Amino acid sequence: MRVGARTGMGMSRRGGLLLCLGLLALQSAAAQQQLTVAAFPAVDEIVKAAIPAWKRLHPEVEIKLVSRALTDHHTAMTTALSTSAHLPDVMAVEVGYLGRFAQGGGLEDLSRAPYSIAQYQSRFVAYAYQQATNRRGQVVAAPTDIGPGTLLYRSDLLTKAGVGEAELTRSWEGYVAAGVKIKAATGAYLMAHARDMKDIVIRTGIQPGEGLFFDSRSNVLVNTPRFARAFELARQVRQNKLDAKVNAWSSDWTEGFKRGGIATQMMGAWLAGHLNTWLAPDTRGLWRAAQLPEGAFAAYGGTFYAIPRAAAAAQKPMAWEFIKLMTLTRELQLGAFKAQDAFPALLETFDDPFFEQPIAFLGGQQARVGWRTAARRITAVDVHKQDAFADEVINTELDKVLVRGKDIATALADAERLLRQRAFR
Amino acid sequence: MKLPRLSPRQTPYVLLLPFVLLFIVFGLFPLAFSLFLAFQTWEPTSGLGAMSFVGADNFLFALQDEWFWKSLKNTGWLALVSGVPQHLVALPLAAFIHASFKRLRNGVVGAYFMPYITSTVAIAILFSSLFSTDYGLINVGLQLVRELPLLGALVPAQTVDWLNDPDYIKPAIATLVFWRYVGFNVVLYLAAMQTIPRDLYEAARMDGAGRLQQFFYITLPSLKPMIYFGVTLSVVGGLQLFEEAFILTQGRGGSDQAGMTTAVYLYRMAFDFNDFGAASAMSWLLFIVVGLLTWLTNRAFRPSKA
Repeated sequence: MRVGARTGMGMSRRGGLLLCLGLLALQSAAAQQQLTVAAFPAVDEIVKAAIPAWKRLHPEVEIKLVSRALTDHHTAMTTALSTSAHLPDVMAVEVGYLGRFAQGGGLEDLSRAPYSIAQYQSRFVAYAYQQATNRRGQVVAAPTDIGPGTLLYRSDLLTKAGVGEAELTRSWEGYVAAGVKIKAATGAYLMAHARDMKDIVIRTGIQPGEGLFFDSRSNVLVNTPRFARAFELARQVRQNKLDAKVNAWSSDWTEGFKRGGIATQMMGAWLAGHLNTWLAPDTRGLWRAAQLPEGAFAAYGGTFYAIPRAAAAAQKPMAWEFIKLMTLTRELQLGAFKAQDAFPALLETFDDPFFEQPIAFLGGQQARVGWRTAARRITAVDVHKQDAFADEVINTELDKVLVRGKDIATALADAERLLRQRAFR
Repeated sequence: MKLPRLSPRQTPYVLLLPFVLLFIVFGLFPLAFSLFLAFQTWEPTSGLGAMSFVGADNFLFALQDEWFWKSLKNTGWLALVSGVPQHLVALPLAAFIHASFKRLRNGVVGAYFMPYITSTVAIAILFSSLFSTDYGLINVGLQLVRELPLLGALVPAQTVDWLNDPDYIKPAIATLVFWRYVGFNVVLYLAAMQTIPRDLYEAARMDGAGRLQQFFYITLPSLKPMIYFGVTLSVVGGLQLFEEAFILTQGRGGSDQAGMTTAVYLYRMAFDFNDFGAASAMSWLLFIVVGLLTWLTNRAFRPSKA
């Protein structure tokens, strides 16, 4: 019993000492400020690569990077914003989610002091800055990378079919006709899915003040010639058996690229990098990039940095410093472009010789020059709260047209009816 | 120092406390919150303060929503087509294993039970490859069958686009669900069969009953309580089907929403379409459907009073 009591005494002394040491450690940790950045691949890699540059400017502030898969990241950010808990100081937002986040009031308006992002507006690619601006005129995020749309095609298959690039890109109808020739000569599909055709054509010819599916007063815009033409072209693709009927990022899609079963793909310029590194590295040298058919310009993807409104106020100035470093530093933007194919949203990088460098995967083509042109020509479209649902409805109606032979006019009228029910929810 | 002793009255409550706390946090609170949300409109990215009361609007919207009804139909179809065969196969299979395997029984049961304890994600990835249109083993198998003289006429002439054609998505999901849960039911029925007194079978054999007669007149009636339990689990599980449909359709519900179960739809309503209020209302409507069908199952299996 006595031994036990003495041992207990010794333990409590040692415990006290440990407690003091712990408190000291905590104190020093508190002196070291921490900035939490939530991101997804490959933005996380870009942030990691920028840490040395950040430490040179702010050695007292540690960057804590929290990385999740793309969807998980945005689900986690939605939850964090909705509960105002566990918010990062800086969050990366993919353009597909930006519209939704911009509609709510969860993100700081960077157009206001002390951020005053408008002073940097001319330094960003115009459409990317517009994408971050909501209907109330608030700028909820700063663009860091963009995805200028491009048409990637297999030059070997085109040569075999006797189809030139001009023939492929002159008009949408010409593109389909070229597909027929390619299929006959090589057996390869023109595209992965007829839906890809619809997705790009509905993005052409949008008037100012209009969104993809709704106008600024939530009027539904799907029962229009723009959609009718997109559906008609997609139907021609399917009727001529020119699509592999595979979804992007599925195993059949990647196999299609590896085996030369898909001759063209319209996507963000970044796809060339993915093809080179993991999707189909063995097809190196066989691909080329062109502008989209019929002079269309469209954006596929893009990343932004935002500051949650409910994040700790004391952290916000440092969070803004971090965002400025990531988005307005030429070297970091070019570094991300070279390492991760993250096409810069910062215009002053556009004169870098890297843009003129030939790309081995594209047979030595100076493709970045074309993508740079596209980046300047793309215009932003207004986003609507129900865009994600509208996209789903339109895809469903298109499936009915393609698979069940539904009449296009009826399909679009049905889509319009469904969207009207939701437009004001 | 002496710890105060718990009185016999307090002890059960203290011992129950860990569960009760966890249940309140992870069970009761989400339930209550979703019921509260079902009467609100909410732009979630604006924070909790952005909620506003809308009465029964979300329920009315859900009841008028074509896609909600479509998802209920899909769910019912899948629950039936994947659920009924599970029991029709598991019952005779369990009887066969019970009668025919002695030393190897655990190994055989383990093999059937394996899909149930394997990660859904791993299973769905595997099945996505199997169902692949151009490179999948199932279509390769069908191709081989197609070349056979008589059987060839029974399979589709073209390769089947399992995961994109609205006509085939549901059968593909049902196949996966059936394969996954049949082993679980086999284990349930085997456990119940082991409790049937052997002398019943001996007496039946002495009376000249064959294996089939023993199955229909002894095994099956004795299993009724377990069949009720198994069917109830299938009804509840089938109506809440989410993971398999979600992963096989890449989280979208498939072409023409043919594979979109109600659980997938309400998840999408909340996290893809940002309508947490309507999603919560739908989840409560689904709860009513599940409750109703469970009650009907109970009625169907209730021991007759006579």
